[in-house]
Amino acid sequence: MSGEIVVNAHPLDDLLRADRLPHIWCPGCGLGPIMACMANAMADSAIPIDKHVVVSGIGCTGRVAGYLKVDSFHTTHGRPIPFATGLKLAKPELQVTVFSGDGDLFAIGGNHLIHAARRNVDINVICVNNFNYGMTGGQAGPTTPMGARTSTTPYGNVDPSFNLPRLAATLGAVYVARWTSLHVRQLEKSIRRAIKKEGFTFIEVLSPCPVGFGKSNNLGEGLDEMELYRTNCVVYPEADLSQADIELKHDSTIIVGDFVDIERPVYGAGGGEE
Amino acid sequence: MAVATEERVLTGQQFMNGDVACAEGALAAGCSFFAGYPITPSTEIAERLARRLPAVGGRYVQMEDELASMAAILGASWAGAKSMTATSGPGFSLMMENIGLGMMTEVPCVVVNVQRGGPSTGLPTLVSQADVMQAKWGSHGDYEPIAYSPASPQEMFDLTVKAFNAAERYRLPVFVLGDEVVGHMTERVTIPPAAEIDIVDRKRPSAPPDDGWLPYAPDDDLIPPMACAGEGYGFHITGLTHDERGYPTGDPLVHDRLVRRLSRKIQVHANEICEVEKLHTDDAEVVVIAYGATSRAARHAVLAARERGIRAGLLRLITLWPFPRGVVKELGNTARRFVVAELNLGQIAREAERYTRLPISLVNHAGGMMLPPEVILRAIMEAEA
Repeated sequence: MSGEIVVNAHPLDDLLRADRLPHIWCPGCGLGPIMACMANAMADSAIPIDKHVVVSGIGCTGRVAGYLKVDSFHTTHGRPIPFATGLKLAKPELQVTVFSGDGDLFAIGGNHLIHAARRNVDINVICVNNFNYGMTGGQAGPTTPMGARTSTTPYGNVDPSFNLPRLAATLGAVYVARWTSLHVRQLEKSIRRAIKKEGFTFIEVLSPCPVGFGKSNNLGEGLDEMELYRTNCVVYPEADLSQADIELKHDSTIIVGDFVDIERPVYGAGGGEE
Repeated sequence: MAVATEERVLTGQQFMNGDVACAEGALAAGCSFFAGYPITPSTEIAERLARRLPAVGGRYVQMEDELASMAAILGASWAGAKSMTATSGPGFSLMMENIGLGMMTEVPCVVVNVQRGGPSTGLPTLVSQADVMQAKWGSHGDYEPIAYSPASPQEMFDLTVKAFNAAERYRLPVFVLGDEVVGHMTERVTIPPAAEIDIVDRKRPSAPPDDGWLPYAPDDDLIPPMACAGEGYGFHITGLTHDERGYPTGDPLVHDRLVRRLSRKIQVHANEICEVEKLHTDDAEVVVIAYGATSRAARHAVLAARERGIRAGLLRLITLWPFPRGVVKELGNTARRFVVAELNLGQIAREAERYTRLPISLVNHAGGMMLPPEVILRAIMEAEA
């Protein structure tokens, strides 16, 4: 390597805290492209960047808030949704996006997600699902497929896993989608739709975690798992979400798409009188 | 936000219970956001604000639990609102997680704990004062809290206003440690005209947004000015140890500097925060230390002792944290003995021991009932003997 600077700037420099790079994510992690989708969607939205707020919980995805150059909050484990609820209700002009992981949002924070969706608070939730607790070194979580090996399921995971889009749809989320870190164009479009949509939106994004999960489950490196997404994902927006469980095996399909787009009264839209 | 249809400040003579007075104090202080979860004996605060906040253009949100309530008021504060929650012991326990986040990231807000008997579910409808040390040490790590101890519905109003002002002035979650008796007692509450109520607002950045702004650069008073979300500052806030930019760091020196400042910003202002009421302490040989509901019984006991010719005095603690150590030290030079009366197993008695060599008699009960004045009087007489 010559150390020669190839480009002086990145197109997203204005939206990233360049002084915090390089980021802490492992080689092969999908969070980089997912975060870029978010940055692009914010830049393309009709809403001024100053009004965009990103709230994260704890974990690898929780670090997204620290790299996006908007008002951003790295809160406590599981609590980004109620924190975001307070922000949004106290200042409705803010465009509030919760960016956090599957463990943060569905294990320790599961109750908050359920109730924010029920209320239809006008926030966007982007859940990066890497099927394990990556930050702590690869333990099983609520999305770990049955049978998967992790450091806390050495004999294979015996817990059934959550099907996140199905759960979100059941709770009344007005927009529900699932993509992977491979589907960057579709994901960016989904985030743009979520930003425009009034009410509680939910996007699940599958991401390789080669260090925490891939290695111990025959998924190979990050690129190998991206290849698995390429060959096994089926875009099927009309899917019966009860059939959208993820086994994450080489011979099983992964259903992705924009699944739900409905209208429901938005929480607090009428000010304090409702 | 909705249009106000009612007066924010109910100026005049009111007859209300302590919980309702607390809610009115919050409104008078400028509270515009309440997130909470019903719990005895604090529920009347939520009920009052559920009705009153929308009518003055504010927002009431009933959350799914106290974890969420605390998180929501932090978020609302970052949106620029003066925010509050109210709870009792079990809920206070759940709030400790995000109280820590509020301490670490310096978020003005008010947490009211109308104390009941504990541990655990304890005595839901009955009085105690056993959360004093939880208020001091409840969340992990070192920090220096501010906690007020109201002894009447009037003080539930007055000290809630002060709690908001202290939260805004010093940038932290501030506690009002009420108790079931004071919360449910109905008395006259005098609410001053709005213009006569002292209101403090948080320090704001003096310069418009630019790339060089440091969200955690403190002024000389050790308190950093606070920008709010959506104003263009583009700040990052984290519960991780952070530098003046707000960026996370694992540097032990930065950690030490930050945690020391979080405590010192309160310690250096302790004299302006600490409040006590003294009754007959100048020549007192026996000084009763009491606070909250118990101080009412202690006052009767001290006056009864005086009638018997005993030189007794009352030191009523209005702030429990920071602990008014200076006044305890001073009285230790003139009195012969302290009596601490409280509804716990000696939480303030043990704290007082740190600041005096005088003997301390503890007259207490674990909670569920008030200490009768006669019991405190007996302790004074035994101490004097």
